[in-house]
Amino acid sequence: MTTQTRARPCETDNSTGAVPSWDISTGVDGPGTRFVVFTGGCPLRCLYCQNPETWRMRDSRRVTVDELMTEIGKYRRFIEVAGGGVTISGGEPLLQPAFTGELLHRCRRLGLHTALDTSGNLGDRATDTLLADTDLVLLDIKAWDPRTYRALTGGDVAPTLRFARRLADLGRSTWVRYVLVPGHNDGDDEVDAVASFVATLPNVEHVDVLPFHRLGAPKYERLGIPFPLADTPPPSAELLEHVHTRFRAHGVKSR
Amino acid sequence: MTAIGLDDVQHDISAWRGFHGTTWREHIDVRDFVQANYTPYEGDASFLQGPTERTREVWGRIAAMFGEERRRGIFDVDASTPSSITSHAPGYIDRDRELIVGLQTDAPLKRAIMPNGGLRMVEKGLEAYGYELDPSVRTIFNAYRKTHNDGVFDAYTAEIMRARRSHIITGLPDAYGRGRIIGDYRRVALYGVDRLIEAKRAERRALDDLPSSAEVIRDREELAEQIRALDELKHMAASYGYDISGPARTGREALQWLYFGYLAAIKEQNGAAMSLGRTSTFCDIYLQRDLDEGRLDETAAQELVDDFVVKLRIVRFLRTPEYDELFSGDPTWVTEAIGGMGSDGRTLVTRTSYRFLQTLYNLGPAPEPNLTVLWSPRLPESFKRFCAKVSIDTSSVQYESDDLIRPRLGDDAAIACCVSAMEVGKKMQFFGARVNLAKALLYAINGGRDEMTGEQVAPAFPPLDGDFLDYEQVRSAYDRMLDWLAATYVDALNVIHYMHDKYAYERVEMALHDHPVMRTLACGVAGLSVAADSLSAVRYARVRVIRDATGLATDYVIEGEFPAYGNNDDRADGIAVDLVTAFMAKVRSRPAYRDAEHTLSVLTITSNVVYGKHTGNTPDGRRAGEPFAPGANPMNGRDRHGMVAAALSVAKIPYDQSRDGISLTETITPAGLGRTPGERIGNLVGILDGYVDAGGFHMNVNVLDRATLLDAMAHPERYPQLTIRVSGYAVNFVRLTPEQQRDVVNRTFHASL
Repeated sequence: MTTQTRARPCETDNSTGAVPSWDISTGVDGPGTRFVVFTGGCPLRCLYCQNPETWRMRDSRRVTVDELMTEIGKYRRFIEVAGGGVTISGGEPLLQPAFTGELLHRCRRLGLHTALDTSGNLGDRATDTLLADTDLVLLDIKAWDPRTYRALTGGDVAPTLRFARRLADLGRSTWVRYVLVPGHNDGDDEVDAVASFVATLPNVEHVDVLPFHRLGAPKYERLGIPFPLADTPPPSAELLEHVHTRFRAHGVKSR
Repeated sequence: MTAIGLDDVQHDISAWRGFHGTTWREHIDVRDFVQANYTPYEGDASFLQGPTERTREVWGRIAAMFGEERRRGIFDVDASTPSSITSHAPGYIDRDRELIVGLQTDAPLKRAIMPNGGLRMVEKGLEAYGYELDPSVRTIFNAYRKTHNDGVFDAYTAEIMRARRSHIITGLPDAYGRGRIIGDYRRVALYGVDRLIEAKRAERRALDDLPSSAEVIRDREELAEQIRALDELKHMAASYGYDISGPARTGREALQWLYFGYLAAIKEQNGAAMSLGRTSTFCDIYLQRDLDEGRLDETAAQELVDDFVVKLRIVRFLRTPEYDELFSGDPTWVTEAIGGMGSDGRTLVTRTSYRFLQTLYNLGPAPEPNLTVLWSPRLPESFKRFCAKVSIDTSSVQYESDDLIRPRLGDDAAIACCVSAMEVGKKMQFFGARVNLAKALLYAINGGRDEMTGEQVAPAFPPLDGDFLDYEQVRSAYDRMLDWLAATYVDALNVIHYMHDKYAYERVEMALHDHPVMRTLACGVAGLSVAADSLSAVRYARVRVIRDATGLATDYVIEGEFPAYGNNDDRADGIAVDLVTAFMAKVRSRPAYRDAEHTLSVLTITSNVVYGKHTGNTPDGRRAGEPFAPGANPMNGRDRHGMVAAALSVAKIPYDQSRDGISLTETITPAGLGRTPGERIGNLVGILDGYVDAGGFHMNVNVLDRATLLDAMAHPERYPQLTIRVSGYAVNFVRLTPEQQRDVVNRTFHASL
């Protein structure tokens, strides 16, 4: 593997990244059983973030692409048999576009299905080459209204929507993810706006409406950071069903 | 009803009509019969039928008694009749509506006493539930009849006694039936009892030509006992109005005959595990013939299977509270192996494989029978999906690798207990419980003294000195300690099985085996992950020893990080592999009773809790008394990269060094498998395929929310049928002790956050 790597140019520039952890998950980070690389650093500060330990790049371990590929290699056979692939998640993987691109490229070359889990906030940094190495984009559209988006994430929604449009133009398979947070983005106007936008994107296979949960709270406690949504309840089954129905009313597959 | 079987069967129909093949007609060979006659099924589950009104009512009647049974510990017991094949009058749940009949005693859920294993166990069991042993029984077994338990303690050495008392060797079947022997109950249906007696007489006669050595005399006596037991089996069936001297003629008779064979076994033996074998595809041949002949429709075929399974669900033994503490949930391990592939490449899945699994819907989830799917990635896709669905819905199924079993034991192997594979009717095992590898490591450090009592249990080797543990020194001390442990352990097992053969021989089960039978001596280990992590800590971190005033090492302080078993990291996993391989070699070097082949299991059942309770602080940071991980599982919370990484670590333990099975229990939340039901099914199929492909042997799959378990702890009455899989078998969660319930809840839940 190393000989092949060395054959690639610019190897030294993009061969290390900030990676707080990796995991093997099933059914949550794209199709099947997946090796998930959590990259460090994120430009957003979503109120509901479940991985606050990934916010700052400097808190993360530096690892080389080769090291990660060795680890991924241990699961290649399993993933091939079980069905699945590799997902680069975060943090925000496009904060380290060269590293992320190289990982996606190397996984692709091994024949593994690749997915990029992103907020789209730094979508402009994703090169066409990086996207060509990505089989599936998991795109978080966290809200529609710029004020709601800013309140929820601290950032602008425009880059995400621009990125979504670009993915559609490129015909990249995309799953949109909508984390439903009661009292923040559960209003009908908000949901309808996202739904009608998504309805114009033919590359989107479906929307995953993910109920907000508080399982990340202990991490905040360990890090000594207050968890802003400590008192926000998870959405009720009725609310969840209601939101699904609104997406579906726009002709969007919602699950 | 007198001598005939069922009213709906004409006297003159031929039992073997329409069957193919020849070898099985000439010799007792059920596998040959199955291969020549079964119909593989590659379709989906849509043909299956729900329960009939009759099934609901019969099951409802018995299920209504479970609450009372749970409250009182046992529902009822006959405290005056030592059980034998013919000891009790016929019993029924609902005589007019049962399709398959026969109970262990004269009433449902009424337990029997079986003092041949040991009288003390019977007395304690009765006393615990407020009953008293009939004095005449006590007199018989004290004054005239010696038990297995008496025999064992006559022959145990002082060293074995110390090892037993200090819990470095635990759970030995020296006071109760050893179990884990699977009679080939299908033979009763295929051949009828007379033909089986004839074959046994021939085996017995063949021994007349041999000189009367101790071995030959024992074989002759055993065969004579087997013939006697077969005769009693016929009488027992006759008391229910059935003549089973000839072969079964219909599906209903096949299930009934087979069940009578099994019933005779559980009337005679209170074995730790009384497993059923591999019966569903055999039964399918009969049910399919009935369907083809128009005797049955699908609803009626399912109803027969449901009724049979009702009987398997109410197998009961009288056991002591201590026994329950070790193996909680009142397990009987009525294990049925389902599916698998044939050596010729055809699947052994039939419609009746589906029908057995369907009982988990028709009757609701249940721990027994212990439904075990022999999994291969080559199984028909729709069957794999159905199994995964049943697992997700009921958590009542376990999986074992058909791809590991078939090349070694052929395609007619079944599982005894949890993970012990054996060729049905050809191989039996001498069950050997297990030794505590973690405690043995502490003995190595302490020169054979017990870390909790200070007692010198093992030979007094020099204890390790120095403030920090040195890896090479620990390894060599451990190696020496394991030599002693293996020798003491095999000695104990030899004594136990000598005496069990002598005083509590499984007559009817062995009558349903070939002679001569192949035997394994099934050794086992507990605490593998604790021992491996401890060694990893010593090797990769620094472990400081804290000693008490007498110099006994009682605690350890770890400085630095170390790789833990369960993360697919060869540094730690390699230690576990080496440990299993080394201990197996040590066990193998000790001569075994009756030339049995040595095997090893990495299985704890629920005894991981009790083992942990009796083991002091360990160098991996585990605190004294804390439960071990079950089976070959990584320690709670140390597997940091999810279920697949943990499973791949376990898959590295070589099956050829642990031929009695390697157990992995996984608990996962529904969300941890996917967003939609279809996705969850597909992903679980993928995980099972990937695990078996990687060389994994066994997986229990629980799909449960932590919240459900917590609620069940608080409100047991709301969850009478909540079933969870623990290390090789399933239990009713509400029947576990509170301590075991907490262990299950704390056990790693693999949910992605």
